[in-house]
Amino acid sequence: MEKIIAGVTVDVNAEGYLTQISQWNENIASAIAVEEEVGPLGPKHWEVLKYLRDQQSRGTALSIRGIGKSGVVDIKTFYELFPNGPLKKASKIAGIPKPASCI
Amino acid sequence: MKRIVILGAGSGGTMLARHLFKKLPHDLYKITLVDPEARHYYQPGFLFLPFGQIEPEACYRPKTDFIPKGIQLKTDRALIIKPDIQQITLENGQHMHYDVLVVATGTHIAPEETPGMLGEGWRKDVFDFYSFEGAMALREKLAHWQGGRLVVHITETPIKCPVAPLEFAFLADAYFDEKGLRDKVQITYVTPLSGAFTKPRAAAKLGHLLEEKQIDIVTDFAIQEVDNAGKRIVSYDGIEVPYDLLVTVPTNLGDPVVANSGLGDDFGFLPVDKKSLQHRQYPNIFSLGDATNVPTSKAGSVAHFQSELLAANITRYLMGLPVRQDFDGHANCFIETGYGKALLIDFNYETEPVEGTFPIPGIGPMQLLTETRMNHLGKQAFHWIYFHMLLEGRSIPFVSPQMKVSGKKLNQITR
Repeated sequence: MEKIIAGVTVDVNAEGYLTQISQWNENIASAIAVEEEVGPLGPKHWEVLKYLRDQQSRGTALSIRGIGKSGVVDIKTFYELFPNGPLKKASKIAGIPKPASCI
Repeated sequence: MKRIVILGAGSGGTMLARHLFKKLPHDLYKITLVDPEARHYYQPGFLFLPFGQIEPEACYRPKTDFIPKGIQLKTDRALIIKPDIQQITLENGQHMHYDVLVVATGTHIAPEETPGMLGEGWRKDVFDFYSFEGAMALREKLAHWQGGRLVVHITETPIKCPVAPLEFAFLADAYFDEKGLRDKVQITYVTPLSGAFTKPRAAAKLGHLLEEKQIDIVTDFAIQEVDNAGKRIVSYDGIEVPYDLLVTVPTNLGDPVVANSGLGDDFGFLPVDKKSLQHRQYPNIFSLGDATNVPTSKAGSVAHFQSELLAANITRYLMGLPVRQDFDGHANCFIETGYGKALLIDFNYETEPVEGTFPIPGIGPMQLLTETRMNHLGKQAFHWIYFHMLLEGRSIPFVSPQMKVSGKKLNQITR
């Protein structure tokens, strides 16, 4: 389905995750962040989002462990930056699929 | 004579060795399996062991039963891979040269990765069922447990057999019901993901199961520590879940040989091309089964499908032909739901589990994404099929390495 975010029409799934990684831009990220009650994005947020997009483009599965080991941010801070389910929120804002199981 | 070394003689390594042994002339190629463990475990049995639904002796056979004469088996541990000089170092100090290396070293639980998990409560009120020893210890515990708060917990993903913790919760519900203890047992399912079901079709079709079975759920839970004294698990954002009996799936890691050789990802899994299973930097290194980082389930069915395609690819590589990009992520898994019923799912990289018939399109006899008795019978029959067909490198009739679209309802949701 399509949705207008920050004035741009993008493809999203039923849960509002972008389905085309290339349609993402920083304005879209900021708009989703407000919707997800993460609030205005600061420099540390952007660092995490960039790391997640890099990992995704390399085909690496996202994990809390990976973020803790990344050197970008420790896990506590990751939770403070993206409260209440940081992986699913950060991946939504980063325009990448949420971590999922097989079913 | 060219040497093919396969690290790991579990499901993937054994099946691959047998496929290669059938394909390659024995006077030109020597196949060696390296594995420190003498037993071949039937790992699907570990789910049933704690509930007394399979006997321990039915869960293992000697590895030598499945390895024909002509394939060398070294009962030893590989410590380091040196890809630049095509050499393995074994624990006994010996070096081995390889022309082609296959990493099939699987995954293991690493409870030491979570603070407190190996504390005083380990195997007293904190258990795993992903190891034979863990499942046996839990079997003893459940036989005498009189009830309380049972917490079924996943530490982090990816894990081997992602549906097993959910199956454990379902089987526990039925087990305590049949024992007349269900009203004394509170079952809570704790996951780091956003739900027990994360795929839309499965969530729509099966979302009711937890409520129906009175299993509580805590989502988005990233564990920080196990508090042994307080008998609770605590998340990074301060959520606490109390337990009387914690059944956890600890962090799953790849074999140390991968990480110690500088070849692993964050979990020590080996990154390979997801369709050819070939290493990108070292074209004479391949991988299959739980040891890879490819984005499909870590499951025996995956290793089975991969083994057939990888044997063909390794043969092509040895003949100087380009490898094929033909593994589609196909996985096929039974999901026990208790009371003699089970679900069956069949999926790949592109297609999530959906309803349908399997393995014969339009006929079955098994039903996809639907609870049936026939699916449960299929799971039970699988024990025999595993030891007598799969490990010998034989195919199951009507089941192809690539996922079939026919027989699947791809565009509609039925309830």
